[in-house]
Amino acid sequence: MNGQARIRQILGNPTGPALLPYLTAGLPNPAASVELFAAMAEAGADGFEVGVPYSDPLMDGPVIMAGGDAALAAGTTRAVALDILRQVVDRTGLPALAMTYANPVMQRGWSSYAADVAAAGGSGIIVPDLPFEESEPLRASCEEKGIGLVQFVSPTTPSERMEKVAAVNPAFIYGVADMGVTGERAEGSPHARALSERVRALTDVPLVFGVGISTPEQAAALSGLADGVIVGTAIVRRVLEADDAKAAAMSLREIVGQFKSALAH
Amino acid sequence: MTSGGRLSRPDEQGRFGDFGGRFAPETLMPALAELEEEFEAAWNDEGFLTEFRRWLSEFVGRPTPLQEARRLSEMLGVRVLLKREDLAHTGAHKINNAVGQALLAHRMGKPRVIAETGAGQHGVAAATAAAALGLECAVYMGVVDIERQALNVQRMRLLGTEVVPVSSGAGTLKDAVSEAMRDWVRTVESTHYIIGSVVGPHPFPWMVREFQKVIGEECIDQLAELPDVAVACVGGGSNSIGLFYPLLETEVELVGIEAGGEGIETGKHGASITAGRPGVLHGTRTLLLQDDEGQVQEAHSISAGLDYPGVGPEHAYLAAAGLVIYESATDREALDAVELLSRTEGIIPALESAHALAWITRNADRLQGKTVLLGLSGRGDKDLATIAAAS
Ligand SMILES: Cc1ncc(COP(=O)(O)O)c(C=O)c1O
Repeated sequence: MNGQARIRQILGNPTGPALLPYLTAGLPNPAASVELFAAMAEAGADGFEVGVPYSDPLMDGPVIMAGGDAALAAGTTRAVALDILRQVVDRTGLPALAMTYANPVMQRGWSSYAADVAAAGGSGIIVPDLPFEESEPLRASCEEKGIGLVQFVSPTTPSERMEKVAAVNPAFIYGVADMGVTGERAEGSPHARALSERVRALTDVPLVFGVGISTPEQAAALSGLADGVIVGTAIVRRVLEADDAKAAAMSLREIVGQFKSALAH
Repeated sequence: MTSGGRLSRPDEQGRFGDFGGRFAPETLMPALAELEEEFEAAWNDEGFLTEFRRWLSEFVGRPTPLQEARRLSEMLGVRVLLKREDLAHTGAHKINNAVGQALLAHRMGKPRVIAETGAGQHGVAAATAAAALGLECAVYMGVVDIERQALNVQRMRLLGTEVVPVSSGAGTLKDAVSEAMRDWVRTVESTHYIIGSVVGPHPFPWMVREFQKVIGEECIDQLAELPDVAVACVGGGSNSIGLFYPLLETEVELVGIEAGGEGIETGKHGASITAGRPGVLHGTRTLLLQDDEGQVQEAHSISAGLDYPGVGPEHAYLAAAGLVIYESATDREALDAVELLSRTEGIIPALESAHALAWITRNADRLQGKTVLLGLSGRGDKDLATIAAAS
């Protein structure tokens, strides 16, 4: 099964939206990183966004930014991060998408980057600062390598633009659940329902919500509205706050389990 | 596509040749499209243009003088003409763009503006324009710059602006731009981002250039005869593009001076055209200081306004097309140039602007008898602590 199909498979679960935790590769250090993903798999994660750290992550708030800086300081180069992704897929059997920014992909070359991710067993790529107008070369490369490219829609995206996003058949549509960059919010998103309705009216491409979903209650509120939910900051924070890798794994098992039960219908 | 001449505007994708474009988070994409439309409409509206010109003359004090630097010229054997942007209200060219964008924000019905600042000059300009138009204003500034440009922090606060310290990364201009963009992703429906230079996603590089080209246009009106050379410092590139753009179709030799920091060979500099490679930063494809993996590197410059690892995409285009020559001057050379202009002409220039003067003194031999137009982008009061610490 190719990467795009593999992603679509976990997003078609009748018992509730898929849970896709985001975690930066290389935390707390490259050697211990895989264990954290394995712990999340045991607790019910359906797939992963594996962050390939970048110096200037425009879509990320302070927690994920700090995670990226720590991973870079611990020596998480592109090759190291993609090797972690490979081990995560081998170990858990779950689909994993590489998440990074336009510049590191461009420096490697669109086609080489897609080839690297495919060779690591990755199912797709997420690049939040590559809007669909600029994503054609990467999309073509991903298609050629049999992996998926994700495209974003936001509460500000007009419907004509959404149609264009859906027309390129992304692996899924990443619905930005809330205005702003990644981070925790006290309240659930006031935008998610309307956004979901607009996307559903236009296309059958799966919809996954991310950004600002920091508690199991907030995730539960989205369960009828999306095919998947991405939780990032709440995960990275637990890793950054843990004393060591073992404590981090325990903490992740707990929180991922809570998110998983919240999402079940 | 790297050849060609002056581009009156970038193409549909916002490109200047291979550079520019719109690499932004989806939440901003509709706002950028709207901004492009609104700017285009305003720029073709005689009413808006009249209002902009009125603000430039009554509030900013334009046209700024074009002055012959007599003692300096005699000393160097080069006729040096100074375009006195230091005499514009708030002390630098930044106010031209800040007033233009604040008027546009007002026209778009956005009650709040944000800005980033390095030297503090753009922050002060944005705070000033916001105060004059009754807009709420927040300025993002790196913690290192807050310290080295303390005077400007006080000015912004006095003007009623909130100065938001940015401690991520190196705590300088690059990080301030990133934080301002993150604010904008959250607040885009009520807020306009007054970006301070010809950087960022389309339409910013084009729009800011249009607001700044008044510098070069005035020079053409003020000069009986065109100079042989025009030189200006290049941080993001707004004062230089403002001076150069109207001169691009003339015979004038155009020279942009980047921050040489401690020397290009030391790796501690801000010379992204001289030493950078193509990449994407802050929403645009341009020349960047970066490593092989595409991690953006920290720039180094004694002048906070040039301490940026990228440059406006139009400059990257002009460099590739060979229409402008780009060189650099070091921290030391800039410090010497500050003192030189102070003592020969009674003008204390900004450290940024002093980089361009340093190029003239270094090349005085080959410039003998020629006329050189120097873009004096700002005044140096803000730099006194830095200058004292360096001497
Ligand atoms: C006086 C002065 N000149 C030049 C610059 C550099 O910016 P730009 O290259 O956009 O003109 C600054 C930036 O803060 C400045 O304050």
